[in-house]
Amino acid sequence: MKIAVCVSHVPDTATRIKIAADQKSIDPAGVSFVLNPYDEYAVEEALKTKEKFGGEVVVLSVGGDRVKETIRKSLAMGVDEGVHLKTDEALDSFAIAQALADEIKSLGSELVFMGKQSVDYDSGMVGQLTAELLSFNSISVCVTFNLDGNTITAEREIEGGKEIVETSLPCIITAQKGLNEPRYASLKGIMAAKKKVIQEKPVASTPALVENLQLKMPTAKNPGRILGTDSSAVPELVKLLHEEAKVI
Amino acid sequence: MAKLSGVDYFSADDLLFEDEKLVRETVRTFVDSEILPIIVKHNREGSFPQNIVPKMAELGILGPTLPAKYGCAEMNNVAYGLIMQELERGDSSIRSFASVMSALVMYPIFKFGSEEQKDFWLPKLAKGEKIGCFGLTEPDYGSNPGGMVTKAERVDGGFLLNGAKMWITNGTIADIAIVWAKLNGIVNGFIIEKGFAGFTAPEMRGKQSLRASVTSELIFNNVFVPEKNLLPDGAGLKSPLMCLNQARYGIAWGVVGSMMSCYDSALEYAKSRKQFSKPIAAYQLTQKKLVEMLTEITKSQLLNIQLGRLKDGGKLRFQQVSLAKRNNCEIALDIARSAREILGANGILDEYPVMRHAANLESVKTYEGTHEMHTLIIGEDITGFTAFDN
Ligand SMILES: Cc1cc2nc3c(=O)[nH]c(=O)nc-3n(C[C@H](O)[C@H](O)[C@H](O)COP(=O)(O)OP(=O)(O)OC[C@H]3O[C@@H](n4cnc5c(N)ncnc54)[C@H](O)[C@@H]3O)c2cc1C
Repeated sequence: MKIAVCVSHVPDTATRIKIAADQKSIDPAGVSFVLNPYDEYAVEEALKTKEKFGGEVVVLSVGGDRVKETIRKSLAMGVDEGVHLKTDEALDSFAIAQALADEIKSLGSELVFMGKQSVDYDSGMVGQLTAELLSFNSISVCVTFNLDGNTITAEREIEGGKEIVETSLPCIITAQKGLNEPRYASLKGIMAAKKKVIQEKPVASTPALVENLQLKMPTAKNPGRILGTDSSAVPELVKLLHEEAKVI
Repeated sequence: MAKLSGVDYFSADDLLFEDEKLVRETVRTFVDSEILPIIVKHNREGSFPQNIVPKMAELGILGPTLPAKYGCAEMNNVAYGLIMQELERGDSSIRSFASVMSALVMYPIFKFGSEEQKDFWLPKLAKGEKIGCFGLTEPDYGSNPGGMVTKAERVDGGFLLNGAKMWITNGTIADIAIVWAKLNGIVNGFIIEKGFAGFTAPEMRGKQSLRASVTSELIFNNVFVPEKNLLPDGAGLKSPLMCLNQARYGIAWGVVGSMMSCYDSALEYAKSRKQFSKPIAAYQLTQKKLVEMLTEITKSQLLNIQLGRLKDGGKLRFQQVSLAKRNNCEIALDIARSAREILGANGILDEYPVMRHAANLESVKTYEGTHEMHTLIIGEDITGFTAFDN
């Protein structure tokens, strides 16, 4: 079985982001990039599945040369091979899904793992779009995954609870926190990854369906206020909730 | 505490290879998730978190530069330095454990040991199944180890060892001790195994520094050591000094981790703590402190990368290691002190890492050659005059 896992290269959540001069992208200077946290769960699940059933795991990533670092990290965690779908353009979710779908088709992979979303743009669409383009089944936001023959059972998070669903291969699974405990890239894994191959393929251009007009930083929040510590503060609180916060 | 993404004002990351950055990320994540949540408790109790040893071994942190045939990762020295840096960002005690294992136990076995000794011990040490320590310092011989009085005498089938070592990191928890003793007046290295009759390793108590590290005495009372436990190529004082040179290299990197931790705490605190009308970060005096910290961190980072490249190129002189160890330890202490000032009273609480680093760094400045010893080593190198009396 050839298992594919799709990963993205995103700014580390601990770095402070600045918007670039074009007002449409972030300034990469001084920003450290990491493997998208949700994709770490996807990589781990792909590796666990391979360890259970055998086969091979191939990691795919769409982007500029920088994404090679994230491909390399996945290889260091234990993935067998990497494919860098190279483009220097900022693609929208649909174009990314198209590039991934084309490659997954040519790999002949029937089981694909991805993170439920990338923590950079947070669109959360690539998994389902790719499944649709390939006519694969898909289960999103999975917290458990179980494969038995051709049948997949998974639990997914829904508002206030969980849903247990069943489907069959071919399928795309998108991973939610809690699906597993991602392994570290061990030092030996990192050394082994240096010898693994990353194939580079250009992305065929797909016209964008969505155009990014402008990025804005969130407005700074005002600090909290303490109105008092006993019941005498209640009238003032009610007044402010009504007049200022306009929630009652 | 907020996650640290690293201090890199001069894009020093551009000087690192992809695998070196990955190693740093692995150890950084390990420290964030496995060391920082437990270190305060261990520092209070004065205990070493021994349960992290298998995890460190699994990551490949023990003896990471040694050949793959011993189960090691065979990484370069820059990667090794980055491991030390990240561990010490957690705590100097954890870095000390790893330093001793790699530079002072596995390295001498690799460098001075027989094939049998290497094949037997190195894989077990790399897996963390066995823990080691390094016994050079004695109660009366610290900066002057050549004066040591611990003695080995040749007897039938081996040696008889008598004497005592002091200040030995990992001593009480170690399965083997690399012990340096004089045999016919010449310093030699021996592998002393836990359980050899007449060998005890009581823990030293009352430390106010490196509290999460075990420090011990090693006492040898007519200990019989079989012939096969002598390190065959380790004769001469230069052998333990070569080991120290490895460890010093790691310390030069390690303390940059403490610096980053203190700087990060001070910067965050200064931005959020308001006095008079503004955050204290808005006052010039505070900014000067923060800028000086950042400047020194940046210098140390660049120094270390070149130090590592020289080592990997086989061109490193021990005096250069002395310069880096000497400078970086001193600066790390200065930074810890400035950070403590910025945090005001909060700076003395263990809710913040600053005072713990400050206390740890007092040991780090002293062990592996005091600040003064490194001054004299470099002084001799540049003037041609030795200040040591021989
Ligand atoms: C926590 C901890 C862990 C340690 N772990 C180990 C270990 O694992 N293995 C090991 O073998 N050792 C270990 N040590 C010992 C350490 O290496 C020694 O403490 C160190 O070498 C200094 O020796 P000393 O303490 O006897 O000081 P001394 O040598 O007595 O020095 C006292 C002071 O005098 C100064 N001084 C000495 N000679 C001169 C001179 N000629 N000119 C000017 N100044 C001079 C020194 O710089 C220092 O300031 C450890 C120490 C500590 C604190």
